[in-house]
Amino acid sequence: MQAITTALTATMGGLLLALAIILPVAGVLLSFVLGGRAAERIALYLMPAGLGVAAMIALGVWRSGAPLVYLLGGWPPPLGIALRADGFSAVMLLTTALVILCAGLFARANFPTPAGVNEARAPFAFWILLQGLWAALNMVFLGGDLFNLYVALELLTFAAVPLVCLDGRAETLLAALRYLVFALFGSVLYLLGAALLYGAYGTLDIGLLSSRISASPAVWAAAALMTTGLLAKTALFPLHLWLPPAHANAPAAASAILSALVVKASFFITVRLWFDVLPSLPVETPAAILATLGSLAILFGSVLALRQERLKLLIAYSTVAQIGYLFLMFPLAAGLHPWTADAWSGGVLQTLSHAFAKAAMFLAAGLVAETLGHDRISGLRGLGKVMPMSVFVLGLGGLSLMGLPPSGGFTAKWLLLMASVRSGQWPWAIVMLAGGLLAGGYVYRVLAPAFASADLSLKAPAPRNRERIALALALCAILLGFAPSGFFAFLQIGRPALTAIP
Amino acid sequence: MTVVNALDIGLAALVLALAAWTVAAREAFAAAVGYVAYGLLLSLVWVRLFAVDVALTEAAIGSGVTGVLLIRAAARLRGATPALDEPLAPPLRFLAGVLCAMVAGALAATVLLMPDPAPTLAPQAVGNLPSTGLGNAVTAVLISYRAFDTMLEKVVLVLAVVGVWSLAPDACWGGSPGAPRPARPEAALAFLAQVLPPLGIVVGIHIFWVGADEPGGAFQGGAILAAMWMITMMAGLTEAPPVSSTRLRLVLVSGPAVFLAIGLAGVVIAGGFLAYPSGSAKPLILFIEAFMTLTIAATLPMLVAGPPEQPPQP
Repeated sequence: MQAITTALTATMGGLLLALAIILPVAGVLLSFVLGGRAAERIALYLMPAGLGVAAMIALGVWRSGAPLVYLLGGWPPPLGIALRADGFSAVMLLTTALVILCAGLFARANFPTPAGVNEARAPFAFWILLQGLWAALNMVFLGGDLFNLYVALELLTFAAVPLVCLDGRAETLLAALRYLVFALFGSVLYLLGAALLYGAYGTLDIGLLSSRISASPAVWAAAALMTTGLLAKTALFPLHLWLPPAHANAPAAASAILSALVVKASFFITVRLWFDVLPSLPVETPAAILATLGSLAILFGSVLALRQERLKLLIAYSTVAQIGYLFLMFPLAAGLHPWTADAWSGGVLQTLSHAFAKAAMFLAAGLVAETLGHDRISGLRGLGKVMPMSVFVLGLGGLSLMGLPPSGGFTAKWLLLMASVRSGQWPWAIVMLAGGLLAGGYVYRVLAPAFASADLSLKAPAPRNRERIALALALCAILLGFAPSGFFAFLQIGRPALTAIP
Repeated sequence: MTVVNALDIGLAALVLALAAWTVAAREAFAAAVGYVAYGLLLSLVWVRLFAVDVALTEAAIGSGVTGVLLIRAAARLRGATPALDEPLAPPLRFLAGVLCAMVAGALAATVLLMPDPAPTLAPQAVGNLPSTGLGNAVTAVLISYRAFDTMLEKVVLVLAVVGVWSLAPDACWGGSPGAPRPARPEAALAFLAQVLPPLGIVVGIHIFWVGADEPGGAFQGGAILAAMWMITMMAGLTEAPPVSSTRLRLVLVSGPAVFLAIGLAGVVIAGGFLAYPSGSAKPLILFIEAFMTLTIAATLPMLVAGPPEQPPQP
């Protein structure tokens, strides 16, 4: 019963949850009216403030040891909408605020409004869409209502797609169009499933649904539709076709956010769906299907990453592979077994460390492309001498992708590995080890030429300040490897299996 | 079987036939026209299901605005090289068809197996109407119970405008959307564009105003106003304002901005974000809806007008 009572009453500090969404939304509206130069300033002022709000939410969750809840308009569900922040939400909010802040600082050099004009197209669109993405991500992590989450997904799509084709080249337009088709296909399926659930149970609130749902054809149909839709948005194999061209063609700062956070948003909702909405279903088969697709993603994504000619495409295919690991969480963290808490922590940690590592790597790759004028891997010989810090960032990020200590990626994969061994689910362990080896292969493909002794001609001097931003993100991914046990206890706050659904 | 039953079955068959025709149409333009007709018939279906609010929205947005967008896009694509038009291989087409049929069959079976009567929040939505001062439960859902969703959907519209504008050539930034005005507008269209708007504007405002208590509201009213602006633009009687215009931008964000401001005021005066103080809920809701109507009336034509295509005039 606990799950229901917490869903129906607001908690202290709940207004912060609304504020986390209001801030970027207000930023979007103000920036739109005031235009280019002001948009940049508004975004950069709001980002530290947003980081503060995310930190206060995390502190609130930590202090109370229970999820924070806010009832919008004072209307309790099922009529109204509740916002809810548990441990997973809080760390996602913090990660989002940090990555967006770094990407924003990084993008200042790429999207300034030129002197002499009031406003230019690309900066105007970029700074508004960036804040739109941020609002949508916070909504996803806080939404406690399936339709509210749909609105969040729409906001996310409409902010993410134009970012892909901001430079206006024909191939980026094609990539953006393909992304749009996949994303809208996903939205429609998700909405159809949510409508079925409302038709069957008369509510869209996650807490209320979880206590009412039982296995029935409508629930299975809804679960299948919503999951397929979300997988299309998460780019899980075999629905990953849109991701590499979209992520590799976007401006570096946008690629970082798309790969680090945007695909995680639909993954986060998939977790909400199976762990919070549908825990009363027999989940063995669907969890095994998800993990099988995840395993195929790890293998195919890594092999394709090995064969890429361009650095940004290699990093994008690596995202396809790393997303696969996330889905191993479903069979390993389901139910209430001795290993599920570790598997849950492993899945969450993989989400976070991949976010930091991949954001850092895309920023570094962007700098390499700007400095050399290209990002062909064959042309990276001698890069270590001219851009040592960027190469270091690619190495640190690679460490986390491979799952080598010390890094967040190592801890995450170790926890998932232990859970699969302890639960007797060996196949996932083998896939994880194979994925680690393949990741070692594609990271080596980048680092080996970089450390070769050769002279490189630079198109522009290496921008040290912006390299430091990428380095900060890569260090976050490493630091997660030193997370104390209290951090893992924090991740368990509000974990559905612990709130004991009757 | 009564006459009404027979008409319903006929309507359903017509909707299905039109849907099949739209899917089967070989040319994008024909498919777009089929889709518009399909939307209009669908709004009749909503009327028969006693969902007049949905019917109005379906007619205005689903058929009207989406129809204009699709037809314009199809007209532009006529004569373009069909680079993206590679037909799927026959076995793949067959597989896709089987998959679609399976999904449709599963959905149909699921819907037939749903509990009857379906659990619903309608009695609760109506039961709480007195505290909002409204008479139309749909408006109460949109602007009070689920105000958060409605506000953010308007932010989605703002982002959609930014997305469309971002496709402009750099040199045209700050200019007006759409092609330059034709020298001599088509006579019939120009006549229609002069006669229809006075009537349409009154109808649009009326539908927004009665939305508090009867079917209607900001979205439907705004869509009718939008149609009036679009028709005068298409006839070449007015030109879309330049995207740099501060007045245009204020109108485009006024709906969500006023909504957000009143929502924030609610924290101080009503004890919660998006809460209304008891007693003054209805005037506040109408105030918000007035600006939402304005925003929708401006956003939809700007989406149809497309990205700026003319360099800004000095």
